[in-house]
Amino acid sequence: MKLFASLLLCLCIPAAWAAGTNAPKPDIGKGGQCVEDVQWMRKNHMHLLKHQRDEALRKGARDEKLSLKNCIECHASTRDDSVIARDDSFCVACHRYEAVKIDCFECHSGKRKSAWSQRNAK
Amino acid sequence: MSDIDLYRRTFLKTSLGAAAVAIAPGMLLFDTAHGKPQPASGKVRWGMLIDTTQCKSGCDDCVTACNRENGLSGATSATDSQWIRKIEIKDISSGRELSLPMMCQHCEHPPCVDVCPTTASFKRADGIVLVDKHRCIGCRYCMMACPYKARSFVHEPLHDQNPDVPRGKGTVEACTLCVHRIDQGLQPACAEACPNQAILFGDLNDTDSEISKKIRSVASVQIRANLGLNTGIRYRGL
Ligand code: HEC
Ligand code: HEC
Ligand code: HEC
Repeated sequence: MKLFASLLLCLCIPAAWAAGTNAPKPDIGKGGQCVEDVQWMRKNHMHLLKHQRDEALRKGARDEKLSLKNCIECHASTRDDSVIARDDSFCVACHRYEAVKIDCFECHSGKRKSAWSQRNAK
Repeated sequence: MSDIDLYRRTFLKTSLGAAAVAIAPGMLLFDTAHGKPQPASGKVRWGMLIDTTQCKSGCDDCVTACNRENGLSGATSATDSQWIRKIEIKDISSGRELSLPMMCQHCEHPPCVDVCPTTASFKRADGIVLVDKHRCIGCRYCMMACPYKARSFVHEPLHDQNPDVPRGKGTVEACTLCVHRIDQGLQPACAEACPNQAILFGDLNDTDSEISKKIRSVASVQIRANLGLNTGIRYRGL
């Protein structure tokens, strides 16, 4: 019994430690309800975005809700209005952890549009 | 149907009619504000009629508006993006001078689309010629193919782009007819900015649109019409 308990402890501690410190904790932003089921999004957001960009750009079918701008509007940090500014920013945290490199933000603004418009209003 | 109902119907009809003509011809006010989930319609062909007799030499309000809307620097060296340029021309024998804006002519048969190896250059169903920057590999064949020198290549990394107009290094770009504005029911920025309303924007396929009526009643030309590209941008007074 003692052996079993210590075995369990040995197994749990690293797991808890790993989950506690290493796992990415992205800054979710505004909060509320994601456009799809969250677990589905974790796995499939890249497919959704790539499908969406062809629909919007090539066909002109702009579904505002599923647009990248809408993701950013909601997921940009409430601290700096951005999804890419910090290591724990929404579109950075997981990708850093997983060593995924995306080029989207070389062109797309990582800022919440409302914040950008406000700053650039003349 | 009661009288009240009839009155209500006519009232609604007329007020909707008024709303419909309020914006550029062929566009309705009530599906504005946000992009539509419906794809662009093949029944529409967006175009412009540019009245060179109303275009003032020295004025570049359309260029400034374009730069501002699309986040261009406004610099004009060989490596800077220019989506619209003001051109001053002079007929040597008569001395007649003209000023006009030049940009992507949104051809029906665009050479840039023909030569693109990745189908990044494409024509949307409503006639707008665009670069799909997600597919653009920066080969610049399209820039060579364009008879109007309308396209630019982004040479340097960019920062702080307009969220509505993503732009980035290594891709070709050109006038989009402000597609992001059109999809919201707005006019292109240059047309809106022109102090003399020299740029008339609308649907060339809609026989009742202001632009179609104008093209029926006054002489207009396509630039390099001999190439048979059937441009969407027409000029008056050339
Ligand atoms: C209205 C706000 C809202 C919008 C719009 C939105 N999301 Fe979310 N999303 C959330 C919230 C809140 C969560 C976190 C839910 C949780 O952790 O319980 C979430 C979770 C996620 C996750 C998983 C994050 C994690 O920590 O596991 C991904 C990935 C994601 N969203 C991507 C997107 C993408 C891509 C878009 C645009 C197509 C988008 N979201 C649009 C609110 C939004
Ligand atoms: C070279 C520049 C460039 C890069 C890199 C780029 N995009 Fe785009 N993207 C554009 C342009 C230009 C548009 C058209 C904007 C419009 O008309 O609204 C666009 C539109 C979109 C749209 C539809 C509009 C919207 O806001 O939803 C989505 C979705 C999108 N891109 C996703 C992505 C994703 C995901 C990536 C990274 C994998 C990416 N893009 C990388 C230039 C780029
Ligand atoms: C919950 C963590 C998480 C969040 C938050 C997240 N991603 Fe991802 N993303 C991933 C993972 C993991 C992958 C790689 C999946 C794989 O291995 O194919 C990925 C892959 C991608 C890809 C495909 C990359 C490629 O090379 O094909 C794109 C595009 C992308 N993410 C865009 C985004 C954008 C935009 C955001 C912010 C709105 C975002 N992601 C937020 C975890 C996340």
